[in-house]
Amino acid sequence: MSENKLPETIIFRIRRLAPRRAEKPSWGEYSVTYEPGMTVLDGLWQIKERVDSTLAWRASCRMGVCGSCGMFINGRPRLGCNTQISELGTAVVTVAPLPNFPIIRDLVPDLRPMFDHHTALSPYIIRDDVDEMERPTGEFYQSAAEMERYLQFSYCIKCACCVAACPTCATDSEYPGPMALTQAHRYNTDTRDDGFEHRQEVLANEAGPWRCHFAGECSRVCPKGVDPGKAIQLMRRELVADSFGLRHKTPVAEINVKPDGIERRPGIPAAPEPTL
Amino acid sequence: MIRDQKLWTWHLAAGMLILLLLGLHMAIMHLDSLVGIFNPAGGHAIDWENVAARSQSLFFMVTYVLMLGAALFHGLYGLRNILFELGPPSPLRQSLGWALILVGLGLFVFGTWAAWASYQNTLSV
Amino acid sequence: MLEAKGHPNRLGIFGWFGGGRWGPDRYLYSLHRLTGLGLLTYFVLHIVLTSSRALGQSAWQESMARVSGPIFVGGEFLVFMAFAFHAINGVRLVFAELGLGVGKPIEPVYPYKTVLDVQRPWVVTVLLLTGLLVLVGALDFFVWQ
Repeated sequence: MSENKLPETIIFRIRRLAPRRAEKPSWGEYSVTYEPGMTVLDGLWQIKERVDSTLAWRASCRMGVCGSCGMFINGRPRLGCNTQISELGTAVVTVAPLPNFPIIRDLVPDLRPMFDHHTALSPYIIRDDVDEMERPTGEFYQSAAEMERYLQFSYCIKCACCVAACPTCATDSEYPGPMALTQAHRYNTDTRDDGFEHRQEVLANEAGPWRCHFAGECSRVCPKGVDPGKAIQLMRRELVADSFGLRHKTPVAEINVKPDGIERRPGIPAAPEPTL
Repeated sequence: MIRDQKLWTWHLAAGMLILLLLGLHMAIMHLDSLVGIFNPAGGHAIDWENVAARSQSLFFMVTYVLMLGAALFHGLYGLRNILFELGPPSPLRQSLGWALILVGLGLFVFGTWAAWASYQNTLSV
Repeated sequence: MLEAKGHPNRLGIFGWFGGGRWGPDRYLYSLHRLTGLGLLTYFVLHIVLTSSRALGQSAWQESMARVSGPIFVGGEFLVFMAFAFHAINGVRLVFAELGLGVGKPIEPVYPYKTVLDVQRPWVVTVLLLTGLLVLVGALDFFVWQ
């Protein structure tokens, strides 16, 4: 439905839950005065300002980079700030909290289960040279091609839309979910990291990608194009290849050492002094 | 602890084996009018003459047992996944695992007996 | 680990088959799961029924007579359809879940191309081949007798 065809008043059906006042969630209906270009988040702000100030949700950047405003909008996990009311093509916008997470209040999910799985898969660079990590003497060398192997997966904003869309996460609390698995793969493929065996200990068991059945919905709903479905299948390939001794192991990235005996050409200014 | 990764890899391998063997089985059973393979007496695949002819073949006896094992493993591992995804508590999880193994072994032994016994019986006829 | 508090909100088994406006690939997963369960149920009964061949010709013919009615034939055709889909989609899944045919990591540029776009031709192939196999099976079941 184009912007011209939407009525002046859009109905927002919002799933409400006030834990101290009600035991079960209920639906509230609110009228929003529509203006072209409004996002679902704009609609929620209008309701809070003019109709019901008790409505609660998470939001921050309002431009699709912080990952706070993940919601279940018209049957699909989306970012509230990234979803134009006009793209939904209907005069009734249904907003619910992200499924597969406990609800704290109204549209606010408790994302701790997802972050617990994330932490368990060690989403950080693991290397032997702890000294260099804590007191760096130079940069790690990484080619553009090496960076491309994980760059896409590093764009994740942890909005939890993928976990909400995953059918395994609909029932299984032990399955880490697309976000945690994608971040594990992001670090496994980063040449600066040497923690593949460490993560493998966790990934070979129930906290691994083995309960993914490639429904692909995570990739479909991801607002940043991270494509977690692809990451999980690529990670499975690596894990299985490793168990058959077929994994191509790239050496861990080394410090970029300045070559000896190189003279600066006249007229080229020196680099600024390191600040750390 | 049984590593899920190993079980999953075997699940895939079993699936590929089943594709071949069950594919052949389906061709024999449900494409008998079109292809008519391994039905030496003509007619339907389930006519006793054809069943007996296959039963007394060592190739079929062995491949039936292989298919039985692969299909039982593939199917029961899938069921195990479905049941475990429902989030049963840990002690129940262990019992379920063992129950599935017992059911699988029981059916495998029973099916292997049937293949072996019919091989023996039809050979002696 | 911090204990999550709050009102439970998992979709549950309902989420395996629906619960949202999902894309076609997710419904393929639902169908694959459903057909797998159907095939397993049939398989267990099949093992028991066909074991009668070990007891000789009359036992075999009696078993076959018991399942020759139209409901059984119809049911068996449903099982054949389930096999056709589960097997052909299963081949696609074996390749995809081993990381083959899923594409390479790319710089995401909106509108994003995901693994689902790479898989689209294979999904269409799976559906076409399944349809073809079901058609041939239907001819054998109901026409060429």
